[in-house]
Amino acid sequence: MALFLARRLLQAAFILLGVAAITFVLLYCLPADPAVLIAGRSATPPMVAAIRHELGLDQPLILQFLHYLDGLLHGDLGRSYTQKTAVAPLILARLPATLVLMAAGILVEVALGLTFGIIAAVRRDGLTDRVVMMLSFVGVSSPQFVVALLLLYVFAATLGWFPMSGFGTPAHVVLPALTLGVLGAGWYARMVRSAMIEVLRQDYVRTARAKGVPAARVVLRHALPNALLPIIAMIGIDIGQFMGGVVVVEAVYGWPGIGQLAWQAIQQVDVPIIMGVTLVSALAIVLGNLVADFIAPFVDPRIRAQ
Amino acid sequence: MLKNLLKYTALATVLALAPAAAQAETPNRGGTITVTFKDDIATLDPAIGYDWQNWSMINGLFSRLVDYKPGSTVLGPSLADSYTVSPDGKSYTFKLHPGVKFTNGREITAADVKYSIERAVNPKTQGPGAGFFHSIVGADKLTAGTAQAMDGIVAVDDHTVRFDLVQPDATFLNVLALNFASVVPKEAVEAANGDFGKHPVGSGAFMLKEWTVGQRLVFQRNPDYFVKERPYIDGFTIEIGQEPLVALLRLQKGEVDIAGDGIPPAKYLEMKKSPDFAGMIVDRDQLETSYVTLNTQVKPLDNPKVRQALNMAINKDRIVRIINGRATPANQVLPPLMPGYDKDYKGYAYDVAKAKALLAEAGLPDGFSTQLYTSNTDPQPRIAQAIQQDLAAVGVKAEIKALANPNVIAAGGTQGQAPMVWSGGLGWIADFPDPSDFYGPILACGSAVAGGWNWSWYCNKDIEPRAQAADAMPVPAKAAERNAVWAQIFTEIQSKDAPWIPVFNERRVVAKSKRMGGPDEVYIDPTRVIDYDAIYVKP
Repeated sequence: MALFLARRLLQAAFILLGVAAITFVLLYCLPADPAVLIAGRSATPPMVAAIRHELGLDQPLILQFLHYLDGLLHGDLGRSYTQKTAVAPLILARLPATLVLMAAGILVEVALGLTFGIIAAVRRDGLTDRVVMMLSFVGVSSPQFVVALLLLYVFAATLGWFPMSGFGTPAHVVLPALTLGVLGAGWYARMVRSAMIEVLRQDYVRTARAKGVPAARVVLRHALPNALLPIIAMIGIDIGQFMGGVVVVEAVYGWPGIGQLAWQAIQQVDVPIIMGVTLVSALAIVLGNLVADFIAPFVDPRIRAQ
Repeated sequence: MLKNLLKYTALATVLALAPAAAQAETPNRGGTITVTFKDDIATLDPAIGYDWQNWSMINGLFSRLVDYKPGSTVLGPSLADSYTVSPDGKSYTFKLHPGVKFTNGREITAADVKYSIERAVNPKTQGPGAGFFHSIVGADKLTAGTAQAMDGIVAVDDHTVRFDLVQPDATFLNVLALNFASVVPKEAVEAANGDFGKHPVGSGAFMLKEWTVGQRLVFQRNPDYFVKERPYIDGFTIEIGQEPLVALLRLQKGEVDIAGDGIPPAKYLEMKKSPDFAGMIVDRDQLETSYVTLNTQVKPLDNPKVRQALNMAINKDRIVRIINGRATPANQVLPPLMPGYDKDYKGYAYDVAKAKALLAEAGLPDGFSTQLYTSNTDPQPRIAQAIQQDLAAVGVKAEIKALANPNVIAAGGTQGQAPMVWSGGLGWIADFPDPSDFYGPILACGSAVAGGWNWSWYCNKDIEPRAQAADAMPVPAKAAERNAVWAQIFTEIQSKDAPWIPVFNERRVVAKSKRMGGPDEVYIDPTRVIDYDAIYVKP
């Protein structure tokens, strides 16, 4: 186990280093010169040169990257071009909001996905199954932006059940979490359904049924745990998916997370913020997968045996 | 910095029209309001902030030596009670208003003025306003890093400050009224440890009470503000991260007082016609021109006849319809409300036959192929396509290069690269209401440099000295004469050399709740965007 963990951690470190290098090269190869943008419209060439020097942009790319890595090791993600303030605290201040949203989104996703997936599997090929599968299809193929605006219009603007935007109370999280979760729930439902169908065919389920175990107990206690494994792996991957999704959801609902920060930074070519958010997102994805790998053996003894 | 330089570049400037007589109500005092914006507020540091959202807030947080009368372009004393200009126009002396204090309790002195402007110019600050102060003696040395202070700013005594200029500069008072010239206390800047933009201390109408990153900023009245009777409101809350559509829904429900981002183009006509929104939409001209640059150094655009022909080929009315009429077709470089605008100048009328004839005369009867750069955000690519179609009608095949804003800027500022650039979304908005702001940065030889904003790469050695002479004419003594000189410069450039296709002057839109009072021009103020000092809640 310790060896497995150490190997995965080392892998994770390399992945992050790779992400940092690729992002750095891509961003710094943009034909736009941040010094020109900072210096403004009335700038003169000497002024631009002075700012370039201040930012260290007159150094070779490799030196700049090493300098960046050195900062990274000390928890320093550089300074924002637009806000003229350190990037790490900016991201840290917004990270909790995004984590809350992601956690709530995953909760919605898993709860809806499991419920509908199980129902569909149990009522396989019946009308319920078809309806659920159709709904899940609609779910996975709806554009997030449309779902977000639709929910907002119906439940906030028209019915007034939830606040239209903002952050702070549990009521604020409902619509954004639903938007994030509903789309993913479709995938989960499909996955849970096929995993359950697979498990329900197994001999031990048939045995349990033959012994007269109540149907609900057969499904929930005997079959479900064995169908959970792919779900756990999926949650790990989902964290990565969510990082993309939160940008849209945060924008529509005015959710003060890093998705919004990233979106604005991209528009403003605020390279240090884009770098920072990319690295934090990569870290989240890597950690998500790591945790999923770590939990899997506890759920499935077959993996432990390997 | 993009947001600043690009979409809304400087402050949205509008000239005051005659205020509507119906709005002659007495301003009410008290009350707090809620304002929403989509984008986060970058910084409240006056030496750095340069976009249309934070411009108004910074303006309310800090004071300057001179300032504009609310809703107008009339300059008057502010922190300075009075000023004198030397006969040669090269020396300005200001007397500070006695007893004005920063919100940290310390009295403002002449040394603070010197410190603040030197800070804005110092490259270590990385402020976009440094270039505005170039006419002060010593600015170049500070920029180059060979001096730490500017000899041209002298604190004569605690309440007197003098500026010595390299040459007379008619726009110097305008420059001192820019946010970049706001007076800041050195000790607070140093205490903030590089983060003054989040912990601003000034002497303006408001002070910052709370800033929750990504969510809201709360401003409250400065009880010691030296301008009596101002501000009218007790404070305002800026909510950020609000989608413009959501902000409008909340405005209708009364949760929001000003939707700062205005109305998305797609909703504009619908809301403009809706009785529900009567009296809630402020829609005003601004000092802005959107144009196509024609690179005078790239063949065959180096031929003035070709540039004139392209000017005649564009159907501007149709382009204005694409953005639902939120603009007025333009025929010259200066926008209509700018001093120096020549209302008798007609420019190039839309005339396909004449355009073809001119092209034939230039030896291009079959047209030619070229490239049109444009920003890739809606509606700019659609406008670029309309321009492309118009050009195709006269035989010119223009390949559209739709890129992110910074890449468009980079292409425009690279010699010999971009034959044509559609400036939409990057169109020129005046930094201050003076015609010289439409020459120096975008049409002068000095800006036809790598990384510059003169994307036509236009440089006319005959015009240069005339422009410099106009800049040296004292204001207000020779204002009328000076405006006439500028008018002639701009119309001559356009009629002889046609380095631009002026396409339209875009209007600015803000939506406000029915409880907000004050004339339209304080919501889209010529120099402040939203004038938080002058708006009020109806009793």
